[in-house]
Amino acid sequence: MKNNIISLFGNEARKDESQYPATVPLYQIPRERFTEAAKPMKTAGARLVAEWATDETSFGKGFGIYVCYAKDSEYLILKTYTPLEDPTFPSLTKKFVPAYRFERQMRSLMGVIPLGHPDSRPWIKHEDWQEDVYPLRKSFDASKSISRVKGEYQWIRAEGEGVYEIPVGPVHAGIIEPGHFRFQAVGEDVINLEEKLGYVHKGIEKRFESLPWDEGAKLAGRVSGDTTVAHALCYCRTVESMTECNPPERALWLRALMLERERIANHLGDIGAICNDAAFAFMLYQLTILKERLLRTNYKLFGHRFMMDKVIPGGVAIDISDKNKEEILSEMNWLTNEFERLVIIYDENSSLDDRLRDAGVLTDGKAKELCVVGFTARASGQNMDCRIQNPFSPYDRIIPKMTVLNSGDVHARLWVRTDEIRDSIRLIIEILNSLPEGKITETFTPPSPDKSGFAVVEGWRGEIVYWVQSGPKGEINRCMVRDPSSVNWIALEEAIHGNIVPDFPLCNKSFNQSYSGHDL
Amino acid sequence: MLRILHQIFRTGIVTESLPPAEEAEVEAIGVKLEEAIKRYFRRSLTIREVDAGSCNGCELEIHALNNPIYNCERFGIHFTASPRFADMLLVTGPVSINMETALRRTYNATPNPKFVIAVGDCGYNGGIFGESYASLGGIGKIIPVDVYIHGCPPKPADILNGILKSFEDSRPT
Repeated sequence: MKNNIISLFGNEARKDESQYPATVPLYQIPRERFTEAAKPMKTAGARLVAEWATDETSFGKGFGIYVCYAKDSEYLILKTYTPLEDPTFPSLTKKFVPAYRFERQMRSLMGVIPLGHPDSRPWIKHEDWQEDVYPLRKSFDASKSISRVKGEYQWIRAEGEGVYEIPVGPVHAGIIEPGHFRFQAVGEDVINLEEKLGYVHKGIEKRFESLPWDEGAKLAGRVSGDTTVAHALCYCRTVESMTECNPPERALWLRALMLERERIANHLGDIGAICNDAAFAFMLYQLTILKERLLRTNYKLFGHRFMMDKVIPGGVAIDISDKNKEEILSEMNWLTNEFERLVIIYDENSSLDDRLRDAGVLTDGKAKELCVVGFTARASGQNMDCRIQNPFSPYDRIIPKMTVLNSGDVHARLWVRTDEIRDSIRLIIEILNSLPEGKITETFTPPSPDKSGFAVVEGWRGEIVYWVQSGPKGEINRCMVRDPSSVNWIALEEAIHGNIVPDFPLCNKSFNQSYSGHDL
Repeated sequence: MLRILHQIFRTGIVTESLPPAEEAEVEAIGVKLEEAIKRYFRRSLTIREVDAGSCNGCELEIHALNNPIYNCERFGIHFTASPRFADMLLVTGPVSINMETALRRTYNATPNPKFVIAVGDCGYNGGIFGESYASLGGIGKIIPVDVYIHGCPPKPADILNGILKSFEDSRPT
């Protein structure tokens, strides 16, 4: 990818030396050729990871427009500037589907306009906000409240005999996060689903800019409460890359231990909940018992049921003793026995088979086109796991196993999780058997001014991405957060086509995406 | 089928096999809760959960109340899909700007008398999200709150305790 850009742009592509780590290069290209650069990326089979804007007025510049592409283990960031008096840039949406929502979001929150974008409706920013409010701009005072205006969201409509509409949310029937789904249906068949999100937008990215660097890890740990370890870890790895801070080996292994425990707990809950949505409550209750036991062990050993605030810049906040190690090992042993019994029951249950197979299919072609990540991608034939493709210690030594299935249905997304639970148990045992001795923190000094850092971490939902930029005074100038859900949400709209309305909860649960991680 | 039955008998009733310390805590809260629920709600307390902007951490712990270990149904507590059947709202999060209207509407759709419990540090004062253009702060800024349950997130036993506290402190309003 890098070579493609250099051969296409020659001297017009300037490498930005303030970007860390060196393995993820950043090139500045001319604004009018921003879309042109997408062509060779598409031909190379790359995916669009994220697109975001920065306000670089404090550096005496305009708005920065960034896009990150990835192919296998290679990541590449391209950047261009757009002046304050003409904040426009060429849209990438026609080349890469994920740019569709990223660019709506950039327009809504930063006020930079993607030229040629097919949809000018706001995203995250709801219809009752004032049009000219751009919270991510430096000139915007975040403590000020926004006055509401009258506005109406223009839904995609379907017309014809027998077509009716079902609005759902934002307050849903279950104990879940808020969002709005608008279905057009004929009889039981869904002909279109449109999502409207942004209900839990808390101004997280803006909030980062007012926090000291170490507090940032706490906020990252609350981007999505179910993924607290992975988000905090990704933030920490990003800021550590900017300062070239190397946490001690023991800390790295303990981070992996927590990351895998988080994966198991969430996957257990999800498998149970999917079966429950197919009216097999037995599995939910059985699996929530297992999950609860794991959370209690977390509380006992790490002082928090979800291990919040245990990953900090420079290392980890808590160590485990040899006795704790034994406890986890015997817990893993117990878990394997209990879990495998339930897997057999799942496997033998023909009514589950009937509901879960061929429901909510995301074909591998669609998965590639939408650039989805995580178990959603792996259930639709995509080889993708940053623990394997971009390993950090100890994953380069304990190599996770990747399960890739091709059917892309609810069953596939459930089965990828099943295999990942098994593998995470194996990884935890390996981690504990070779856990190095030593200290658990390294001194972390905040990054110097005008640098940027990038990191990816495979959370339980998939690839999490952070890009952080330090400002002229050494403060956080911008923290871009990309939860797996930011790209995966749109896959649900695609997967539901051809399904019946009563299967929506089942399909939705099989993706189990984060609203908070998406809305930020 | 035999495997399912076998697994059910093998599992038995896990609700009673909690670690002693927690069991004592949950049981003690539970007995009082049950009395209060009998007294005020004819043995059945119906709760509508509203995420008004949370990070989903509190939701996980509220979910846990329904697992067989906490098994909140044994005290007569049910979660309902509609606020119109609810005696109590369990609200989480800092109230986000985009959830303010939905929260007010849910509150108004809940029949009187009703209890409102704000769950988590964010529900108290916005927590780490503070007060900003997007986070309006604690739940109490938008609707009247009877009890606050602290914690990030509060543990399931703390949530049960908080529900009980709402009966001790006040009659439903």
